Amino acid sequence: MRIAEMIVAAFLIAIGAVVMWDSVRIGAGWASDGPRSGYFPFYVSLLLILSSLVVFVQAAIGNDRRVFVERRQFGPVLSVFIPTTIFVLVIPWIGIYFATALFIAYFMWWIGGYRDWTILPVAVGVPLATFCVFEIWFLVPLPKGPIETMLGY
Amino acid sequence: MDEISSLIGGFATVLQPYNLVLMVVGIVLGVIIGVLPGLGGANGVAILLPLTFSMSPTSAIIMLSCIYWGALFGGAITSILFNIPGEPWSVATTFDGYPMAQKGQAAEALTAAFTSSFVGALFAVVLITFLAPLVAQFALRFGPPELFSVMFLAFCSFVGLGRGSPFKTVASMMIGFWLAAIGLDSITGRLRLTFGSYELMRGVDFLVVVIGLFGIGEILLTIEEGLTFKGKNARINPRIVLETWKELPKYWATSLRSAIIGCWLGITPAGATPASFMSYGIAKRMSKDGDAFGTGRIEGVVAPETAAHAAGTSALLPMLTLGIPGSPTAAVLLGGLLIWGLQPGPMLFVEQKEFVWGLIASMYLGNIVGLIVVLAAVPWFAAILRIPFSIIASVILVLCAIGAYTVHNAILDVWFVLLFGVVGYIFKKLDYPLAPMVLAIVLGDRAESSFRQAMLMSQGDLSIFWANGLVASISGLAVVLLFWPLLSRLRLWLTEKRFFVRRRVQEDVAPTDGRTEAGSGKSRAK
Repeated sequence: MRIAEMIVAAFLIAIGAVVMWDSVRIGAGWASDGPRSGYFPFYVSLLLILSSLVVFVQAAIGNDRRVFVERRQFGPVLSVFIPTTIFVLVIPWIGIYFATALFIAYFMWWIGGYRDWTILPVAVGVPLATFCVFEIWFLVPLPKGPIETMLGY
Repeated sequence: MDEISSLIGGFATVLQPYNLVLMVVGIVLGVIIGVLPGLGGANGVAILLPLTFSMSPTSAIIMLSCIYWGALFGGAITSILFNIPGEPWSVATTFDGYPMAQKGQAAEALTAAFTSSFVGALFAVVLITFLAPLVAQFALRFGPPELFSVMFLAFCSFVGLGRGSPFKTVASMMIGFWLAAIGLDSITGRLRLTFGSYELMRGVDFLVVVIGLFGIGEILLTIEEGLTFKGKNARINPRIVLETWKELPKYWATSLRSAIIGCWLGITPAGATPASFMSYGIAKRMSKDGDAFGTGRIEGVVAPETAAHAAGTSALLPMLTLGIPGSPTAAVLLGGLLIWGLQPGPMLFVEQKEFVWGLIASMYLGNIVGLIVVLAAVPWFAAILRIPFSIIASVILVLCAIGAYTVHNAILDVWFVLLFGVVGYIFKKLDYPLAPMVLAIVLGDRAESSFRQAMLMSQGDLSIFWANGLVASISGLAVVLLFWPLLSRLRLWLTEKRFFVRRRVQEDVAPTDGRTEAGSGKSRAK
């Protein structure tokens, strides 16, 4: 926990520094027509840096020996996070509906431990229902790929 | 009685068949959202918000606010039957609700929970009906300095009333302001913090942040805890409902106290979660047999549920009158107002009478409909949790992606959702509160512009926030709240006796054994 706490605080300080730099670049002071664009973000970044510094120092002095995440817990988290990343990555290529079907099938196979035909109706049904709700009823277009184009959408 | 006639006009709006259907759809969706872990009021509303872009604002707010009421009801179902709080505000309900279910009194516990939710909400709606027009009228006199000082007060109360480290609260809040500042500066027209990226010009939408923080982050946490659902069955029959209703009036004092606590914490943006804990703790201390709390006392269900609903509902009062939401979900609804083209603030009560009173009328009706729906359909809602988690989780993740995409039709927003999912996961584990960040993103632009206008008025002199009695008292209260953690620590130092009292309250609120292990993750500062 102590290390994680310090890393996050350091990261926030870095963000604060970037924001502050950009605010100064566009002008954090006072122009003839009032406060300039960087005026407000400058103080925001200042407070961010100061409060993160306190958190950093508190964590550094403190002795919090709890583990941030155990390996046994982190495995499942990654086995969800990595496929989700891939899912987002392929959406522009194959469209959201086909990606959804693959994603759900993977989840049921890998995490749910399904080995039978229940995967198929769920993996096809969910994107189909999504299609009806968004494209047909509410007329909200979602990203589509070659398969939808082939079917005439 | 202007309010009464306006309210009747509101009911006329709500009772149109189209709006009634939306109301029922909203409630049912809301209860489902409330039951599912990983989908909560805030991100549920955020995901569904793009669907309402084409509706009239009144219909849209009726549906979305009903989702909110439904989610408030739904959280209790899983707390009592499965010992898994579906929402952070129902953690305190597990303390006595689950033991009651174990003793075979699940139906009584559910009836008590739903009924007290209803009572709490009703109390808050009546408060809104009569107080909101007065507050709005008063707020019409506000200029930029007053407006900024009210927002300052809202943010300071997070620092003062929050349970975690005040520095983390400030850091989280500043991240929100930073995200709000990205993109076009609406006053000077300059680009800020975009670093040359065209995609960043439109800024980071708060909906995307909410879906990531509360949706993906929550799923990752749930998976880490490796939840398995083992629950009690419940079927509510009318006889038990009537018997429980006969018993409930005995606890009128607990209900009233909890409703008042809830309204107070809902109006100041502390939200429903602290309200439910505080109400439970106080009910335990005031009760004659407080030691029996935690073993399945009906009072232990009444207190947190009444307070949570009162807080969740009254959170809309400052949103409607001042444009300052009292909870993350109210913040999302406020963002909806902006998207539908309404200007939140006191002028709503003058210019958008139909909208405001339609919403208030729908709160009355929505809670009645909600009570009937949950009482009648508990077994079905509970059955949702018997769907394997691998299916629920993947569907929720897909919904998060769709919700993010539909905000601006941009794939970059889906990446942001993923990013904020990681942020939400890490921040929750490290006890950074998320509500201040959401509030800061939603209010960021308006807080900044009122601050800058105030600075223009005074030529950069901060004393404008002390210039007259009104603004000085708001700012003063804000500063007191800001330093409240320091002040209370000082007070504890001075009087050792109080130190022990406080210790006892903290122990009362904390779960006494390992029963709520599954819930502890969800209770972490949401």
